[in-house]
Amino acid sequence: MPERMMTSAAALAEALHEEMARDETIFIIGEDLIAHGGIFGQFKGLSEKFPGRVIDTPISETAIVGAGLGAALTGMRPLVDMHFADFVTCAMDEIVNQTAKIRYMFGGQVKVPLVIWAPDGAGLRAAAHHSQSLEGWFVHTPGIKVVVPSEPVDVKGLAKAAIRDDDPIIFFQHKKLFAREGPVPEGEHLVPLGKAAVKRSGDHVTLVTYGSGFYMSMEASQELSKMGIEAEVIDLRTLKPLDFNTVAQSVKKTNRAVIVHEACLSGGFGAELAARIGSELFDDLDAPVIRVAAKDVPMPFSPTLESFVLPKVEDIIKAVRQVTYR
Amino acid sequence: MGTVHVGVKPDNATTLLSLYRTMVTIRKFETLAGEMFAAGKIPGFIHLSIGQEASSVGVCSVLRPDDYITTTHRGHGHVIAKGADLKKMFAELMGRKTGYCKGKGGSMHIADFSIGILGANGVVAGGFPIAVGAGLSIKLRKTDQVVVCFFGDGASNRGTFHEALNMAAIWKLPILFVCENNCYASTTKTSYACSVIDIAARAKGYDIPGISVDGNDLLAVRQAAAEAVDRARRGGGPTLLENKTYRRRGHFEGDPQRYRDQAEVVEWEQKNDPLFRFASTLKKKKILTQELEREIQEKVEGELREAVQFAEASDFPKPEEALEDMFVNP
Repeated sequence: MPERMMTSAAALAEALHEEMARDETIFIIGEDLIAHGGIFGQFKGLSEKFPGRVIDTPISETAIVGAGLGAALTGMRPLVDMHFADFVTCAMDEIVNQTAKIRYMFGGQVKVPLVIWAPDGAGLRAAAHHSQSLEGWFVHTPGIKVVVPSEPVDVKGLAKAAIRDDDPIIFFQHKKLFAREGPVPEGEHLVPLGKAAVKRSGDHVTLVTYGSGFYMSMEASQELSKMGIEAEVIDLRTLKPLDFNTVAQSVKKTNRAVIVHEACLSGGFGAELAARIGSELFDDLDAPVIRVAAKDVPMPFSPTLESFVLPKVEDIIKAVRQVTYR
Repeated sequence: MGTVHVGVKPDNATTLLSLYRTMVTIRKFETLAGEMFAAGKIPGFIHLSIGQEASSVGVCSVLRPDDYITTTHRGHGHVIAKGADLKKMFAELMGRKTGYCKGKGGSMHIADFSIGILGANGVVAGGFPIAVGAGLSIKLRKTDQVVVCFFGDGASNRGTFHEALNMAAIWKLPILFVCENNCYASTTKTSYACSVIDIAARAKGYDIPGISVDGNDLLAVRQAAAEAVDRARRGGGPTLLENKTYRRRGHFEGDPQRYRDQAEVVEWEQKNDPLFRFASTLKKKKILTQELEREIQEKVEGELREAVQFAEASDFPKPEEALEDMFVNP
C-alpha cells in the first residue's frame, strides 16, 4: 500500500473511518466529540459519515466507561473517549473493577471488546490535571491490555487491531504527538498487539521505550552516534501483552539497557522492565539497567518547572554514557 | 392487590402458582445456603435476600429471557427469578469447577449471559453504568429489549446512581431501575444515610417516573414493574421503582447485627412476610390449597437437594485453572 505523510491525529481518524465502515457495531462515546471532531481533531468527519454512531455525553466519566462496558457485553464494539487520560480516575471502578475483571470473574462466559482511548502525556503546560502518563496503573491491573503507540503508522495499525480485538484495551496516545507527522500506509494496515518494533539498529546499548520516549530516544541516538555509540531503539508499542523476546534478543547483543519513559520514575513500567531484564538476562548484562523518567512530583505548570521535571534527550545520553562507561 | 393488566395478560391460576413457586425456591435456596455457610460448606461471604422475594419475583416475572438484568451482592433471588440454574449456582457458591463462573466468582459474581444476567456485582452501585450501556446497546441495535438494574438504598447514595439516571433519562433508555429499600445499607440505617424518605423521590431530579410500592406485596411489585417495562419497551424511557422491604438477615451471614434490635426483625418476620402474604392471597382465592402448598415445597426441596448433590459431587477447579479465562486472545 502506498504511504502518505500524515499526523498521528489523522492516522487515528483514518483507522476509525475504515473500521466503522467495516463493522456497524463500532461506535464512539465520550464528551465533546461532535462539535470539534474530538478535541485534537482525531474524530474528524466521523459523526457526519456515521450518524448516530458518535455519541456526545454529559460530563459523567463513570457512566461513560460503564456505558461502553455494558454495550460491549451486549453485542457492540465501543470506543470510549476519556477526553484526557487524567480523567480515568473518575472511572476507576468501571475500568479496574468492572471492565478488567468481568470476563475472568464470570469464568470466561463473555468477551469484552472495548477500547478506552486516553490521550496522555505532558509538555503542553497543562499542569497536574491534564499531563499524566498513567499506563503503569493499568499494566498492574490484570485483565486489561495496554497500548502505547508513538508514530502515526503504529497509531493507525494498533487502533485497527485494538478495535478488532475481543478484549478490553486502554489505548494511550500522547497529546503532544498528535500533530507529529509520519508515513502511514493507505487502507488495511494492522500492527499486532504484543509485538515490539526495533526502530533503529545498534550494537552498543538498547534503548527500550514507548510513546513520547521513542522520539527522545531517536534524537538521543543521533547524538550518541556522533560519539561513536550506536544505540538500538526498541519501541514496545504495547505494554500488555509485552514482547519481552524482542527486548531480550537486543540486550543479549548489546549487553546494556536503558529504559526511557515519560511517566514518573517510582513504580513506573520501567521498574517492571528493569526487574525482568535483571532477573532473566543477568548473565548478559555488562552494566546495571538505568531508567530515564520524569521526576516524582505532580506535573507543574510553569515552563521552567515542567521542563525540569520531564525526562530530556540529555538525560538519555547521560544514562547511555554511564552504562557504556564512556 | 389486583391482577396485572399492562404488559402481561391478567394472571391466571397457573401464572400465580408459578410466581409463588419461584418465591418458595428463593426462600428455600437462601435458607439452605445460610445453613451450608454456617456448616462451613460455602467459603467466603454470602449475603442473603430472605424477606425480599417479592421484589425479585415481581420484577423478573414481567421480563423476557432476552431482557437484561444487573444485580448486586445480595443477588441470589434476582438471578433465580430470571431463570438461573440452581445446580450451577450452588456449585459456584461452593467454589466448584461446574459453577456458573468455574469457581472464579462465588456468591457475589454470578452471571448467565445466555439468559440476560449481566452479572452480580461486588461493588455497591457497580451495576448502574453497565445497565446504561446495555440500554444504549438496545437503542443502537434497535431491539425492544429492556434492562432491569437492581440496587439497594445504599447504592442510591453513590455517584454512579446519579450519572446513570441522568444519562438514561436524556437518551430515554429502556431501563427499569429497581431500588430495594430494605432499611439498611450494611450497618447504616437508610433513614440516617438518605436525604429522602422515599428513594423514588430522587427520580424527580432526572424528570423520570418514580414510584414507591410495598415491596413485600408481590402483585403490587409485579403491576408496577409491568407498567414500567411496558413503557420502556415502547420507547418511553426509564423508571425508578422503589420496592420498600426489609433485610431480615445481617448484611452478611455471621454479621453480629449490633446496630439493630432483634425485635424489629421478628416483627417484620411475623407481620410482613412476603411469602406468607402471597400464600394467604392465593389461599383466599382458593388457588393454593394446603396439599398444593406442601407439594410445591417438596418439589422445590427436591430440586435444591439435587442441586446441592450436584455441587458436592463436582470437582474443585485445578489450581492452575486460575490462569485461564482472562483474555480471549492472551
